[in-house]
Amino acid sequence: MSRGHITVNREECKGCSLCVDACPQSVLALSEKFNSHGYHPVEYLGECTGCGTCFYACPEPGALTVFKRWDLMEETAFCPRCEKENKVFREDENPEILICTSCLKPIK
Amino acid sequence: MNDKILKKSKAFFDVYERKSGSDKLTTTYCPGCGHGNLHKLIAEALIDFNAADKSIFISPVGCSVFAYYYFKTGNIQAAHGRAPAVAVGAKRAHPESIVISYQGDGDLAAIGGLEILHAANRGEGITVFFVNNAIYGMTGGQMAPTTLIGQKSMTTPRGRTLKNEGYPIKMSEIIATLEAPVYVERVMIGDAKSIRQARKAVRKALKLQIEKNAFCFIEVLSACPSNLKMDPKQGIKWVQDVLQKYYPLGVKKDISEEFERKDVSRDNFDPSQLQNILNITESKIDKGKIEQFKNNEFTHEFRIAGFGGQGVLSLGTVLSEMGMRHDYQVSWIPSYGPEMRGGTANCSVKISDKKIGSPLVANPTVLIAMNGPSLDKFENDVISGGTIVYDSSLIDRKPIRDDVNIIPIPATKMADELGTTKAANMIIIGALIKKLGILSIDVVLDSLGEVMKNKKLVELNKKALLKGIEYIKSL
Repeated sequence: MSRGHITVNREECKGCSLCVDACPQSVLALSEKFNSHGYHPVEYLGECTGCGTCFYACPEPGALTVFKRWDLMEETAFCPRCEKENKVFREDENPEILICTSCLKPIK
Repeated sequence: MNDKILKKSKAFFDVYERKSGSDKLTTTYCPGCGHGNLHKLIAEALIDFNAADKSIFISPVGCSVFAYYYFKTGNIQAAHGRAPAVAVGAKRAHPESIVISYQGDGDLAAIGGLEILHAANRGEGITVFFVNNAIYGMTGGQMAPTTLIGQKSMTTPRGRTLKNEGYPIKMSEIIATLEAPVYVERVMIGDAKSIRQARKAVRKALKLQIEKNAFCFIEVLSACPSNLKMDPKQGIKWVQDVLQKYYPLGVKKDISEEFERKDVSRDNFDPSQLQNILNITESKIDKGKIEQFKNNEFTHEFRIAGFGGQGVLSLGTVLSEMGMRHDYQVSWIPSYGPEMRGGTANCSVKISDKKIGSPLVANPTVLIAMNGPSLDKFENDVISGGTIVYDSSLIDRKPIRDDVNIIPIPATKMADELGTTKAANMIIIGALIKKLGILSIDVVLDSLGEVMKNKKLVELNKKALLKGIEYIKSL
């Protein structure tokens, strides 16, 4: 399992590709598909080291989420939205709420 | 574990409900625009310093005009160039808050040039973020004060020239020459290293406000791919290879170590101090006299006009002051040229038993013309059935109107007989009081001492007033 992990919010990505350029590991690339705004959103190709460079290169507040220590995240839960068992993290303000690392929405 | 997750800052709204349209998840910024990067750095710092809840973000005019869509802080959107002034007001009213003034180059360096200079010079306890992308963004790529020599823009289609537009302005260097600013740095949204440096600067500047109320100025070189007509990658490259050459990065001033925390607490203001300064004393007017005299259902609109120096404006103030002492609603606005003496002057006064909506007087019920040009100019504005009072010692023609009451008073001549032509205005007031019957003569005489700034003149003015009253009686 890679040390880091990136979740792309496809609908918030404007396809500027600054993260693609910034990534030292070249683990990001623009998708061939469009999102609903007509941009080619970025895709995570795997093997992220968790350096976080892409996060700061990205101008959009919610487009990229970087898990710097994906390898240490053990907690999982079934996300009904994604319809599968995914890694989860806990909300900052209310740790009882589990957030799915794939769709970034709370699991009820 | 959460500190190992880089995610959307809680200082941003989850959903941008204030944004119009159906897409409430993305910002209004173009792909590759540096505003978003800087927003993220500021938002992250506010959460890390536990300051988001007590922050006030001042949005400018420009592309970042809608920053209040995104930042889950206090927000004010300022007029063009005035973000620092609004920030100063916010900080002074709420000294415990963290106030961020955020501007672009057109806003800060052009129309708001002196606004920022004076806020910086006073060392106001605010943090200023200045996004310099060398062009007007929102309005469509016009030349900014920071546009580079040779750079093409909508308004410099052949490129900016020294001959025509002069040098691009280096705001950080200018701010750094002032005494008061504590920390001034220019950073860049370019490669990963430069963004890390920008992040450090943003955090340091905000920390200095939180800890010391220090004025900090962070200039952020940033790309505007849309108006530079480049793709986002080329934009970043241009910032690094071209913009940065003219605007060198680095700390321009830093006295943060030795700077002692600035006291920004509000001065306790005691209203009685103001009364002392303005020499306001409790009115000794007998309220009974006012009640007896009180008129209902009236609005008088005066236009008082003459030469500057004739006491035209003070005629208006005395009249409205007297109205106030009768518990009427009053308004007074002057209109005059640049001269203190000579030239023409006029003022508009309203006295009413009802609230006054606008102080403007277009069609007076009473015109007081103290010289010929005033009668010529305003005679036709008086409402039918209104009154024209004019100084017949200076105006040699009679009013033409036959649908108004006309009262000629040789006020200047009468005042001259009292020893000074300057008392002409009081003679007219006396005549008006008698004629209009809305003010008690007793109350006016009793309160003249309170109204007159120069107490030596009170007796003379009383005499003039009585002379005006007598004159009307004798008609």
